[in-house]
Amino acid sequence: MLFQVERHRCQRYLGFEMPEILGSCSTRDMYPLGDAVMFEWFEAMPQSISTYGGQLDDLLRLIVWIVGPWFLLAEGVLFYCLFRFRERDGVRAAWLPADTLKVNAFILVPAALVLVCDLVIEAASDSVWHEVMIHTPENTSSMVRVTGQQYQWLFRYPGPDGTFDTADDVVSVGEMHVPVDEPIRFDLQAKDVLHAFWVPELRFKQDAVPGRSFDRWFQATRTGNYDIGCAELCGVGHTMMAAELIVEPRADFDKWIANNGEVAQ
Amino acid sequence: MTSHSQPQSVWSRYIFSVDHKVIAIQYIALGLIMSVIGSYMSYVIRMKLAWPADPVVGFGDLAASQYNMLVTMHGTIMVFWVAMPILVAGFGNYLIPLMVGTDDMAFPTLNMLSVWTFILSTVVLLISLFVPGGAAAAGWTSYPPLAADPRFSGVDLGITLWILAVALEFVAFLMGGVNFITTSINRRAPGMSMWDLPLFVWEEIMASIIFMLSVGPLVAGAVMLLLDHNFGTGFYDTAQGGDPLLFQHLFWFFGHPEVYVLLLPALGILAEVITSCSRKALFGYKMVVWSTIIAGLLSFIVWAHHQFISGIDPRLAFPFSLTTILISVPFAVTIFAFIATLWGGSIRMTPAMAAAVLMLATFLLGGCTGIILGSAAADIYMHDTMFVVAHFHYTMVPIVIFAPMAGFYHYFPKMFGKPLDGPLAWLHLVGTGIFFNLCFLAIFPLGFMGHQRRISDPTQFGYIDGGESLQILATIGAIGALVSQIPLAINIVKSLLSDRKADSNPWKSTTLDWQTPSPPPHGNFATTPTVYRGPYFYSPPGIEADYLPQNLPQVDAPSDQVQASVSEPKTIPA
Amino acid sequence: MPVSHATASPVLDYSSTGQPSARVAIWWFIASEIAIFGGAVACYLLYRFEHPEWSEAASHTVQWAGATNTVVLLTSSLLAVLADKAAGAGDGKGAARYLWLAVLGGLVFLGIKTFEYSHEIHAGFTPLSEPHGLFWAFYFLMTGLHAAHVVGGMTAMAIIARGAAKGKHLGRVEVAAIYWHFVDVIWIFLFPLLYLAS
Repeated sequence: MLFQVERHRCQRYLGFEMPEILGSCSTRDMYPLGDAVMFEWFEAMPQSISTYGGQLDDLLRLIVWIVGPWFLLAEGVLFYCLFRFRERDGVRAAWLPADTLKVNAFILVPAALVLVCDLVIEAASDSVWHEVMIHTPENTSSMVRVTGQQYQWLFRYPGPDGTFDTADDVVSVGEMHVPVDEPIRFDLQAKDVLHAFWVPELRFKQDAVPGRSFDRWFQATRTGNYDIGCAELCGVGHTMMAAELIVEPRADFDKWIANNGEVAQ
Repeated sequence: MTSHSQPQSVWSRYIFSVDHKVIAIQYIALGLIMSVIGSYMSYVIRMKLAWPADPVVGFGDLAASQYNMLVTMHGTIMVFWVAMPILVAGFGNYLIPLMVGTDDMAFPTLNMLSVWTFILSTVVLLISLFVPGGAAAAGWTSYPPLAADPRFSGVDLGITLWILAVALEFVAFLMGGVNFITTSINRRAPGMSMWDLPLFVWEEIMASIIFMLSVGPLVAGAVMLLLDHNFGTGFYDTAQGGDPLLFQHLFWFFGHPEVYVLLLPALGILAEVITSCSRKALFGYKMVVWSTIIAGLLSFIVWAHHQFISGIDPRLAFPFSLTTILISVPFAVTIFAFIATLWGGSIRMTPAMAAAVLMLATFLLGGCTGIILGSAAADIYMHDTMFVVAHFHYTMVPIVIFAPMAGFYHYFPKMFGKPLDGPLAWLHLVGTGIFFNLCFLAIFPLGFMGHQRRISDPTQFGYIDGGESLQILATIGAIGALVSQIPLAINIVKSLLSDRKADSNPWKSTTLDWQTPSPPPHGNFATTPTVYRGPYFYSPPGIEADYLPQNLPQVDAPSDQVQASVSEPKTIPA
Repeated sequence: MPVSHATASPVLDYSSTGQPSARVAIWWFIASEIAIFGGAVACYLLYRFEHPEWSEAASHTVQWAGATNTVVLLTSSLLAVLADKAAGAGDGKGAARYLWLAVLGGLVFLGIKTFEYSHEIHAGFTPLSEPHGLFWAFYFLMTGLHAAHVVGGMTAMAIIARGAAKGKHLGRVEVAAIYWHFVDVIWIFLFPLLYLAS
């Protein structure tokens, strides 16, 4: 039941050892935009392997590029004032006329610009959210049921008859197999308490709620093994609730299904 | 001038005192004691995250269940038993009557009952640490079904006591809130219009209003959780027709306004310190007040940004994302106004001012990172990761720790009649600033890596591989920040034991609280002050002094600037 | 100018707004209580829309008892108004008398409630019963919370009546009356929502 993952992330992603800089492996080589990234933080993100992941990353970058200058400007003005207007002999502080629109404009105009920036961010965010959480791909039916429970992830496939909860279902504990480059629709459920299905490389996270089923999707663009975590406190085993997402060619996936994966019916 | 006579016995002077100043210090002292407990818990948490396989020095082997208990109680204690008593009730109680020019709160006995209800809530919470099953371990958010069924969490009595303690704490602050609002509105000295109030009082009024109007649904929700937990009712149980998500809505309908209940008094403290230390009036005082009112109203319609991916209808993400992003605008106005107050000032860098600067500089990062979380799509990645943890520590620590530090360095002479030592203060502030930033700047990249919250063993997840050095840096930062508090403790003890005396107005401030002896006597003012002008007449032209206290009769000040109206106090109709 | 007194009476001290501090305070307190009951009622309504079958459960509430209690509380509120009028005229003893009668009304309310609760529990309608246990959970939660506030209001009126009878703190009678009206208004909402099936 314990899922010890002893993989070196750099090795897995790049196929060779990279020197660790403060613990993060650069995704620069994976990302054409990597060189444009301002901060070390972005390089800490694992590679994106979903079709919508790039959009989400672009959104994050957009927000940082909009908010970052404001942050630096505010800090800059703050520290400039502290230095420039420090107490000096014989110099008296200025006296401003009372609250007038003319004076307050110095604040209200920047605040209006902040508002404009906010609305730009909101517009950009809305389309990405729609793509991930509201839109579902056409002509696909649910092909896996993901169930979180204390303290493991169960994955149920409908099997050759295409229907869930029949005798030929494939049930896998801790391993989610999906074919690469195909839209995967899944039902996310929970058995006992709240859990959350979290795959950083997919850029996807969603709470699982007992008594409910959420219809979600992703399309993986790269084969490989990726960790699944639980991102909602679910009890003493929350930290052990890891699983593995295995993205493989369609042929390998079909073979796995045919061989029944790890059957536990 | 007092409406009740000087108490005599130890019981009535210090323990069951009805004097707002004593009550304030009781709240602050209890908050500081609880902050030690909460900080110890954060130390253990950070040690575990840095070295997951090793026992924690100064604690021992840490089981996953205990880890859950620690993160739960750390958050609970810091928000409800440190932030609220120090910021809202501590500084509020001390300063409001002084700043409005009256002898005490409107209801001194109710005030005493409120602090004792708070003390009772603290006792209940601390008892929960020692009962079988341990203290609550379902997160400070206490979501059902985990919190509603002891079989899921392994904690039974601990959660019941947690709910009762929080409920008692709410009752204490409802009682206090009534006092703060009534006193500020109704007991102002003659001549003091609402626009003559120091910003701190406005902020306390609004914080109290926000608290009193937002906590109600959670009181109902907490009773429902208590019933589910102890009697098996189905308010949050799908099998019985209930809904776990309902609790989340009830919790965050309060939980989000609550952070503004904490932020507003902190901004108020900052306003007092910044104006006094820059010798300059608050920039755009009325604009800041209106802006804060708008923010307060908006704060009631942003709550579901804590629930974007919780299973609520995905279409709700749009309105809540919009309101969340919009609320940055009124707060930008306030922050910009504070910075603009510095422009053209004559800034004296006292320890209080340095703490205020530390608060502003760090809070800016907290606020900016909040924009990322406010975008629903970005939140898909960031929700429940260490990015959120770093974000809220970059807002909460400035609010709860740095702003009160500024208030403390500024008001200690007034409260205790003795000055604080300067070099120790600088040592404290520089250490705190450096180590706090080290800790939480190292945590942001962990969030980007995908490190989710509330796990005790990050080595279980491959996407966190390589984050070990960040964890260690963060832990060094945390320990350093905690150690940096030692100079403050030494400073307090040393100053209280010393014979040095502080002036009644060492910072040459204009507001009424500084126009009293240090410390103010029972009844505060020998005679009721009369207010002639607004709160921030610093460096007015035409006179030699660089400040005009609010209660000084009109002296050679430019007539078009000074408040000319001296309104008569209104009498109660027969 | 402010007047200082040896006994702290909110009514006699000065007031910046012209309203007695106690009146300002009680309205803010009631605002917070509206948030509490409003929250509980909102949750109930949300669930009720999801569960139209709860009207069957609601039909097992004792309608005549609920209706009688409504009349009882309204009468009791009227008595509180009369107490307030008496206090305003300086008649402490009269105010105390009316307050005690209002307390009696509260006692009658609680008595009828007790009868209702025991009837419902004996009939098997509890929060854990099947079906519709959750309806009964809400029923007992909301009426129980309300009953607790009835007890609180009665206690406050009793304490204030004792003082009023001696002619002291007559200004507090108004505050007790306002609170008691609030408790009544909450019941006016609960009665149709819980008792009268759609």
